[in-house]
Amino acid sequence: MDSEERIGVYICHCGTNIASKVDIAEIVEFAKGMKGVIVAKDYKFMCSDPGQGLIEKDIKEYNLNRIVVASCSPLMHEKTFRKVCERSGLNPYLFTMANIREQCSWVHIDENAATEKAKALVAAAIRRSAFLEPLERREVSINPTTLVVGGGIAGIQASLDLAEAGKKVVLVEREPSIGGHMAKFDKTFPTLDCAACILTPKMVQVGQHPNIELFTYSEVEDVSGYVGNFKVKIRKKARYVDENLCNGCGMCMEKCPGTRVPRKGNVHERLSLGPTSAIYLPSMQAVPAVPVIDRNSCIYFQKGKCRICEKVCERDAINFDMEDEFHEFEVGNIIIAAGFQTFDPSVVIRYRYGLLPNVLTAMDFEIMNCASGSTGGKILKSDGTEPKSVGIIHCVGSRDKRYHEYCSRVCCMYALKFAHLIKEKTNAEVYNFYIDLRCFGKGYEEFYDRLLGEDVRFVRGKVGEITDLAIHPGEQGKLIIRVEDTLIGAVRRVPVDMVILATGLEAPEGLAELAKKCNVSVGKDGFIIERHPKLGPVATATDGVFIAGACQSPKDIPDTVAQASAASSAVLSMIMRGKIEIESATAEIDEERCSGCRICNDLCPYMAISFEEEKGVSVINEALCKGCGTCVAACPSNAITAKHFTNEQIFSEIEGLLQ
Amino acid sequence: MTFEPRIVGFLCNWCTYTGADLAGTARIKYAPNLRAVRVMCSGRIDPTFVIKTFLEGADGVLIGGCHPGDCHYQEGNYKALRRYKLLKKILPDYGIEPERLRLEWVAASEGDRFAKIVDEFTEEIRALGPLSFGESIAESMSLDIDPHKELEGREEEK
Repeated sequence: MDSEERIGVYICHCGTNIASKVDIAEIVEFAKGMKGVIVAKDYKFMCSDPGQGLIEKDIKEYNLNRIVVASCSPLMHEKTFRKVCERSGLNPYLFTMANIREQCSWVHIDENAATEKAKALVAAAIRRSAFLEPLERREVSINPTTLVVGGGIAGIQASLDLAEAGKKVVLVEREPSIGGHMAKFDKTFPTLDCAACILTPKMVQVGQHPNIELFTYSEVEDVSGYVGNFKVKIRKKARYVDENLCNGCGMCMEKCPGTRVPRKGNVHERLSLGPTSAIYLPSMQAVPAVPVIDRNSCIYFQKGKCRICEKVCERDAINFDMEDEFHEFEVGNIIIAAGFQTFDPSVVIRYRYGLLPNVLTAMDFEIMNCASGSTGGKILKSDGTEPKSVGIIHCVGSRDKRYHEYCSRVCCMYALKFAHLIKEKTNAEVYNFYIDLRCFGKGYEEFYDRLLGEDVRFVRGKVGEITDLAIHPGEQGKLIIRVEDTLIGAVRRVPVDMVILATGLEAPEGLAELAKKCNVSVGKDGFIIERHPKLGPVATATDGVFIAGACQSPKDIPDTVAQASAASSAVLSMIMRGKIEIESATAEIDEERCSGCRICNDLCPYMAISFEEEKGVSVINEALCKGCGTCVAACPSNAITAKHFTNEQIFSEIEGLLQ
Repeated sequence: MTFEPRIVGFLCNWCTYTGADLAGTARIKYAPNLRAVRVMCSGRIDPTFVIKTFLEGADGVLIGGCHPGDCHYQEGNYKALRRYKLLKKILPDYGIEPERLRLEWVAASEGDRFAKIVDEFTEEIRALGPLSFGESIAESMSLDIDPHKELEGREEEK
């Protein structure tokens, strides 16, 4: 602590955000009366150029050695004001922030109460600031290799951006091929671009790129370290086919006598993009074009005899003894692009998915509609005939508090795409049952308008039930959709031949576990939380971990691609900088006071504390310490100091809050 | 005039403090009685912080950490839980109702929950009334936790 602290206090109006609830003039007067305060001022926007300039000027003019800004959350602008201090030659750790916006003016109704609370928060910050000490800057270097998790369009785009810039990428995909959901689509909305035509070249480019090390059928097992210096462990699952030997001739799949159920437990399990043999490729465009043996349907693995694939393989690529492999890498940054899964509608019992064979999910329809799928792109009922009428039910699993409260963003548009394709292929009557149509993107509203011209019918109402129980003539052998048509104000029964459920998007299985490994959080909806909903959409609270695509929230292909490029550009800027400053607030052990009890040694989650036998004391490795302070709170001798969060600093803050 | 309790919240930076910020961003209104101290991890919360807070005149203390399994520092919240349980046992010895201390796990996405907890806790403390204990207890407490006094005591012994 300086013998004489000279504190400057700055109260921000934040336009009217703070000033409308908190009496700013009163706070300024109050601050002026506190010990050590040399100057207290207010300004409309402290974070603006003139606001920052005000502080810089005062630091020089009044020779200030502590700065307190009462404004928004430190999570918002602490860095901004620390930089102001630094520019004026003041150590950034001599800055304190009082959060009188997010945790005061925005959440309280009574102006007097808000002003009183703001005073307490400012008093706490001022009293804390007197005990602050300058800390040394810590910089770490950034490893230029990046880990990308997920090989859908988001991961593909991010990997290619980085690889094209000359940076190494390790791309991990848990399925046997990259491509993700997009690889299963035939057409994309609203342009009706052929998905394979635009995606396949990118998949091939990833597979061949010298800067991309591709791990398919692999999962992230473990992540440790910190920004710039992560260590990742990858589990490469045994596919029983040697990737280095296989040339993708496909003979094994042709001769395999086993049959695989592509999608277990699904009424439309026969719908498949790739071969249904036990040794299979997920689709004919798979990258890598190396088949996988499905242990559960392989005759050899189940019954101990067969090995036909091994015999027909001229390259001797089949290896039944293959085991999971582990690979370890050091990377500087991580991009999570884990995508989504679609909502399972069998829980919505009244829609009878899984019971009525002509009730399909959106993914069932995509696969049926795909030229390389098992129906060759033909739209067929379970009896092999074309439907004469099709009902598309919107918002299945979305915008429904029982399932997911959020809007899945893509369903309206893919439902319109389905309607168009059904019209084009079968000329069937198509009904859309919708709550609201959300056609918000470029060319989307125009596409909807085009559909209206194609005689597609729209019924506004949430479908109550799908049944095959005919009660009127003309309903025999049909699926009857019961719906309240809210525009005519009557309940209708609409008989159709086929129903497509526009199932929503949800966080994929395992996302929470992956997030935890990477030290980022998921929200109530299951998706990963971004650093800031407006200004930090691809960063996370953990430095060096970025997100792209639908694992952040449901989004369509253009938004996903944009976010993937944003994430890769954020990573590139880290790599180009080469170094990053990390938090200096670590813990330190006072050897004089340490009794050598070693209680702290086992408490540290980062194994940063070790025991020095010679001196009989514990020591902290600063490079490993992340400054959580758990050891500090546990030390019975008060020998450990949490820099920037010392007992004295926190005690004085408590005194300020309650003075 | 109704009794307005003074409550101090020790909130971890990554979950509860961020959740409290989110309540703000979403403009969810709640009682103005809680004032927050930001710590990087709930594992940093030394039991003496809690004692000190009561000693300074707070009527209630809230500890906020990440949900089990979500700790940014892996397991600091479990350490906080243990210390909280210990404190709950010790507080009555000082004449402090254990209900005045509460631990809650609030995620960064749970702004609404944070607001609800503060409202609830404020009413609970309001029902308990102001905290009061005798001077002798206060003095012994302050000797127990004040690092300076403890040091002075040691030096005198020498």
